[in-house]
Amino acid sequence: MIRVELPAHLRTLARVDVEVTLDVRGEVTQRTVLDALEASYPVLRGTIRDHVTQRRRPFLRFFACEEDLSHESPDAALPPAVASGREPFLVIGALAGG
Amino acid sequence: MSGVRVLVGTRKGAFILTADGKRDRWDVSGPHFGGWEIYHLKGSPADQNRLYASQGTGWFGQIIQRSNDGGRTWEAVDNKFVYDGAAGTHQWYDGTPHPWEFKRVWHLEPSLSDPDTVYAGVEDAAMFRTTDGGKSWRELPGLRNHGTGSKWQPGAGGLCLHTILIDPQNPRRIFIAISAAGAFRTDDEGATWKPINQGLRSQQIPDPTAEVGHCVHRIALHRSRPNTLFMQKHWDVMRSDDGGDSWREVSGNLPTDFGFPIDVHAHEPETIYVVPIKSDSEHYPPEGKLRVYRSRTGGHEWEPLTKGLPQQDCYVNVLRDAMSVDSLDACGIYFGTTGGQVYGSTDGGDSWKPIAEHLPAVLSVEAQTL
Repeated sequence: MIRVELPAHLRTLARVDVEVTLDVRGEVTQRTVLDALEASYPVLRGTIRDHVTQRRRPFLRFFACEEDLSHESPDAALPPAVASGREPFLVIGALAGG
Repeated sequence: MSGVRVLVGTRKGAFILTADGKRDRWDVSGPHFGGWEIYHLKGSPADQNRLYASQGTGWFGQIIQRSNDGGRTWEAVDNKFVYDGAAGTHQWYDGTPHPWEFKRVWHLEPSLSDPDTVYAGVEDAAMFRTTDGGKSWRELPGLRNHGTGSKWQPGAGGLCLHTILIDPQNPRRIFIAISAAGAFRTDDEGATWKPINQGLRSQQIPDPTAEVGHCVHRIALHRSRPNTLFMQKHWDVMRSDDGGDSWREVSGNLPTDFGFPIDVHAHEPETIYVVPIKSDSEHYPPEGKLRVYRSRTGGHEWEPLTKGLPQQDCYVNVLRDAMSVDSLDACGIYFGTTGGQVYGSTDGGDSWKPIAEHLPAVLSVEAQTL
């Protein structure tokens, strides 16, 4: 199972705890993880990726295994530790604003 | 009619203020959606417990919430606002073409007769509609595509469709306003539109009498006279008596005719209210005195209403959607400030008192008569 940590506002919106677990079929990439996340929690559609372009929203970042993966291709394989469920995939709200 | 519910959208959540018909004690519920910007929330005239809220942040984008029980519980509904067909371009601040990009919902206007039908005014300016209670939204593309859309330019707050007025005597007629494009009208429920800006003069634009390009801040009408419209423009308070076909200035003796909200007394169609603001570069009341101005003559002659409002060292603003009236026999008038106060009057504005204080900056106020 893939583990995903969400920022506080999205946890409230999706009515979930800090971490959710997802069953991702096939290769584990940003796209397949987020597709699975949105399929399980449709209320999150449009909040992490733009509805139309499917691009990451500008003030969000994707971290895993102490690396910033935000600028990686959405179709690049995520680290094996994420794919195995040993490490979570982190969706982070940028530390800016009021 | 047993009471009033005042729906307050703020920079950091929604608040619901309720009182009985006396309106002397208010219960404050909230924050709902704490930490999120609530640009607007409004109840259905056809079902007072059906509420819709526009929730968003720069981080997570747009959410639409719906309540079926007067705001006690909420459910998120569809948040997909996709422009119909090729989005095209409008003018950017430097005059170059800029693609239409959805940013947020500024205003939600439920149908007068169907709780499942709601119009949404969005940035970049367009009109959307749901007919299934928010499960899906579709653009009414006739507005952006009627012919002047490519000339629209954003105001300082963005290219926002912020005002939607449904004619209570003819629901196929709808008036809308866009900053900084102007006012528009449809007579066929949103299929086709035309600009209604004849008579507006805006010195800040190259052609002060242009068909579009005017920064209209708010429009209001009285349900008994839907052909009479009152407008707070960037500068100037205006009036139309022919459904927007022509406008004339009624700023009269206002200390400044810059401001954002304008509203009409529920039972007196010639009694209107504005909150003068010093200037477009100084968004606070003149002389540090928060004064609502009332005209009982549909404009031209205005009187300041000050009792109960701060008359020194007050530098808040009152935003365009932050004034509303109830329809109890003694019409209640409400407005919210960027300082987090919500003031109410039950005597036509002669006196005011805060009904909520210390809230986040208020973005919108809507009164429901229960």
